[in-house]
Amino acid sequence: MNVLWVLSRATGLVSLVLLTLMVVLGVAVTRRSRPRRGGRLGARQLVLVGLHRNTALLALLVLATHIGTVVADSYVDIRWYDSVVPFVGTYKSFWLGLGTLSLDIALLLVVTSLVRHRLPLRFWRGIHVLAYLAWPVALVHAVGIGTDMRSAPGLLLAGVCALGGTGAVLWRMSAGSALPVADRAPDTLTALRAERARHRQLVAPGR
Amino acid sequence: MSGDLELLIDRTACTGHGLCAELLPEVLDLDEWGYPMIPSGPVPSGLEQHARRAVTACPVLALRLARIAGR
Amino acid sequence: MTSMALDRDPARSWHSARTAPPAGRLPRLLLEAGADGDLAAHVHRHGPVPNRGGPGLLLPTLEAAGLTGRGGAGFPAGRKWRTVAAGNRSAVVVGNGAEGEPASGKDAVLLTTNPHLVIDGLLLAAEAVGARRTVLVLAPDRSVRGAVDTALRERRDARRVELVEASDRFVAGEESAVVDAIEGGPGLPRSTPPRVFDQGVGGRPTLVQNVETLAHVALVARYGADWFRGVGTTAEPGSLLTTVADAGGRWVAEVAHGAPLGSVVNVSDEVQAVLVGGYHGTWLSASVAHRADLSRRSLSRWGASPGAGVLVALPASACGVVETARVALYLAADSAGQCGPCLNGLPRIAVVLEELARGRATRRDLDDLARWAGLVKHRGACGHPDGTVRFVRSALQVFDAEVEAHLAGSCRRTDARPVLPVPDVGGG
Repeated sequence: MNVLWVLSRATGLVSLVLLTLMVVLGVAVTRRSRPRRGGRLGARQLVLVGLHRNTALLALLVLATHIGTVVADSYVDIRWYDSVVPFVGTYKSFWLGLGTLSLDIALLLVVTSLVRHRLPLRFWRGIHVLAYLAWPVALVHAVGIGTDMRSAPGLLLAGVCALGGTGAVLWRMSAGSALPVADRAPDTLTALRAERARHRQLVAPGR
Repeated sequence: MSGDLELLIDRTACTGHGLCAELLPEVLDLDEWGYPMIPSGPVPSGLEQHARRAVTACPVLALRLARIAGR
Repeated sequence: MTSMALDRDPARSWHSARTAPPAGRLPRLLLEAGADGDLAAHVHRHGPVPNRGGPGLLLPTLEAAGLTGRGGAGFPAGRKWRTVAAGNRSAVVVGNGAEGEPASGKDAVLLTTNPHLVIDGLLLAAEAVGARRTVLVLAPDRSVRGAVDTALRERRDARRVELVEASDRFVAGEESAVVDAIEGGPGLPRSTPPRVFDQGVGGRPTLVQNVETLAHVALVARYGADWFRGVGTTAEPGSLLTTVADAGGRWVAEVAHGAPLGSVVNVSDEVQAVLVGGYHGTWLSASVAHRADLSRRSLSRWGASPGAGVLVALPASACGVVETARVALYLAADSAGQCGPCLNGLPRIAVVLEELARGRATRRDLDDLARWAGLVKHRGACGHPDGTVRFVRSALQVFDAEVEAHLAGSCRRTDARPVLPVPDVGGG
């Protein structure tokens, strides 16, 4: 049994799960539920941001192992430079290239995030949006090149990740949980009036 | 005794995540809408490291530490 | 986008050149009835722009004159100019005619009737602080734009003056909002520091000065500091333009600092209160208005200040609570919406005032209002929440009897016509 081959597949799958988790956590950071008086909103945010960052770093670590084992494994002809230069490989070059592309974007994200204090916020945000590209590309890479994707458990895993990631994106786009500061002031007025009218109805109906 | 650093906030960038208040509760409180209340004056001495962490933790980089002019 | 339902045509809404009781040497900025504002008449009246001989030379005269900004903040002009001139990059000079305050029309009147005075001041300021770029920011008003365009085309020395149109928002005249508009942004206030006199347009030291202040500069440069101090008080010299609304109508008048309030705005027995300083200003009861004069020193006794010279008399037939609520809703809806405390606090305050006006608020609502007012002060990027709170608090104080009546569900007004002008911004 080729240990490297098994390890590369395992780390590939784990990477996919971690990346999906990372995307979900990243979206969770941007959501702000209405804070209750004395609520611990800040604590929740702190934990989410920390989880998001650490999941990303862990994913990178597992990814490094995945790439290392793939390159080291002599069963398939993948060179080290295939991991950073997309679409030049000889083994299933298209699917492999997608993985490389995803890694390139991930590296860019990590580097810019490490120095985000020296970068203008808008620039950092613009780069970070590419995460929404890196994740589906990684998923397609896994489905296209993955040996395990021919079996039911593998497909199931891919399906769960796909659902999770898509759900996260939809969640991000949903206006209902948009940050309050994005509301226009007149909208706030209208919403407030409606809320107070509802509250009055509850407290003293028919008055 | 106080140091010579003060916390400055960009109110247009702040979106009320509240991490700062968690990391520096001795100085920062959140109002009922989740936005930090920043007292004027220097950061109390001994809390500079915590203040730095609070600045770093802000997801939208709305906080910064600056030397108080004239000190 | 929102649209303005208010008629901003100054030629129809305002009558210029009605002067206050004489100090003998008014008007200075406003023209006598029938006088022309074109270049030939202007040069005939005041002579050409004086050549001050280079950067910095006008500054001592300006400081000696004690001219303060006429945009509302009242900051000493000389000191601001020195700061801008001392910057290590060449400066930008901006004449601020954005006039976002609906109840104010002085800048519009000045720019349509006597634009050359403003342009003179702009050029003199540019020379004094070493600026290579001059900009005039105007309200979105076609007649003002037309008058300024015509005036600029008449001159050869003003070819490089740029014209920028501000938005019609209340906060459009705030100095960082003006810089934002010049740089092509949405014209919303920016976070400070740095202040615009350190880093403004393109990162350069930027002098933002109200157009009325620049008009005064044009005269100080010609006639000197002593002449400027010929009217007004020692501490607050010179004249100022006021926008007055009372039983006699609405007009722009030029008065001397220190003039009794009652001589500028008609505070008859039919008047219950006077709003001083506009929608970020303060209400004064009629009895206080009789004792106050138009100066910072006098008005500060009651927590008020002249601001940009807006004076509105509230007739006894109207209701201060209803008027304040209408304005508060406008101020809340017109917030830039950039800062959480302002965006959350002002609409809540306004909605409670609206309920109070309709006789449906409780004392607990007013306690909430007081708490929100405390939460928004100094917690925005600009002074909009602070000014709004000041306006609302003064109303609750001056109209305390009406507040009690409204808490009990009744209103004593006999005339339903609105007094304070409020543009249509939606959400209302």
